[in-house]
Amino acid sequence: MKIKGVFSTAIAIAVGLLVLVGYLFGYKADGSLSLLGKLQSSLLYIAVALAGFAVLVGIGNLLLVHMNKIRHKQKGAAYSFILIVALVTTLLLGLLAPYQPKAASIFNDSFNVVQLPVEASLMALLAITLTYASIRLLRRHLNLLSVIFLITALLILLGTAPWPFLGDVPFLSNIIRPFVAQIPATAGARGILLGVALGTLTTGLRILFGADRPYRGK
Amino acid sequence: MTDILPGLLGFSVIFISAILMLGLSWLRRKSPPVFRDIPAYTRLRRAIGRVVEDGTRLHVSLGRGVLTTSQSASALAGLTLLRRLAELTSAGDQPPIATSGDAALTFLSQDVLQTASQTSAQGTYDPTAGRLTGLTPFSYAAGVMPAIRDENISANVLMGNFGVEAALLTDAAERENTFTLAASDNLTAQAVIYASAQEPLIGEELYAAGAYMDAGPLHASSLIVQDILRWLIIIVILVGSLLKLTGFL
Repeated sequence: MKIKGVFSTAIAIAVGLLVLVGYLFGYKADGSLSLLGKLQSSLLYIAVALAGFAVLVGIGNLLLVHMNKIRHKQKGAAYSFILIVALVTTLLLGLLAPYQPKAASIFNDSFNVVQLPVEASLMALLAITLTYASIRLLRRHLNLLSVIFLITALLILLGTAPWPFLGDVPFLSNIIRPFVAQIPATAGARGILLGVALGTLTTGLRILFGADRPYRGK
Repeated sequence: MTDILPGLLGFSVIFISAILMLGLSWLRRKSPPVFRDIPAYTRLRRAIGRVVEDGTRLHVSLGRGVLTTSQSASALAGLTLLRRLAELTSAGDQPPIATSGDAALTFLSQDVLQTASQTSAQGTYDPTAGRLTGLTPFSYAAGVMPAIRDENISANVLMGNFGVEAALLTDAAERENTFTLAASDNLTAQAVIYASAQEPLIGEELYAAGAYMDAGPLHASSLIVQDILRWLIIIVILVGSLLKLTGFL
């Protein structure tokens, strides 16, 4: 490992340990922050500030990727051109917004009239995608778990949706659906979350040991 | 004393886990442990082989896990897998690409890809290989979908913090008839992935990627520690239920 790698690994481990200890012993008996707590807060503030700056540089990366697409006339270059025009226009409107009320109004409208409907239509597309995926599920994995998955999804859907002229479906809406949602589903979800928590713990420890280095250091 | 008790308890759990991980990795260095078969990882190895043979590309999407939150663990597990996969595909004609929905994660993915490029057959690093595709869930998905479609990709790995938008990505991959392995730490996304992905990973299987892809002895020992802690939790839950049932708690 090069000296730069050793240095970055040492900093990452030291900062990780300080934040961890600050998290566990960050408060005094009277509820005020201890020295470790203050140190942890300061380190986290620095991390948040750096993450904010990273967004700016990340947008630069986004521009670079799409400009390369246009330059090399790759597939979808027209969409890249639209993205760059929209990005620059929105940026200019955002910069002008505090000084020009008209620019502020156009800036808000561009979000409400373009961004929101586009995201809503993607959400609608998602409903169709999921329905289609459920149909394909049995073709892809024909096993007991997939059958249970589909039957459960169907029962919950039928028990939740209000039906025309019927309202709730007796037995399904007041017994089956609450039972499935509150007992097996909650138990399963808690089991999965415990597994995720244990995985998170060991992932964190591997980073503290320097075994996983998601930064230059190998 | 009562104010530092939760801290001490948390510290004890972490300390014991750390000691166990180090001890087990030292003990098991000579005889690697055998884990249950997770078919998704076996198929991922095959897909990686095809990527190298065909001269196609591998795509790893790391999700939107912000590094300063608890969602970062899944993204960090994704980065570990990215590093390992970049090493495994280093003999291929085209370097892998990594997409993410968080700027800090993008820089880490670029760092990982740059490190891997030093030992690769191509020898050069493409700064656009690690990309930020969007900062909101759907803009992120909308940015990843063209990458899946247009960049000669034959294997997709979606590993990190995703929401329901994961279905749009798995659908895009399915349309291109490419291999797709998907995992998320988000419960809703896991349900969506189970229904839509070719190779879904559920729960802690996401964090087992390093152990199954031979990323190092600490990865294998961390899986054993997870199992030990899981049994401890099961015992605590059962004893607690029993005590509650008998009126002692």
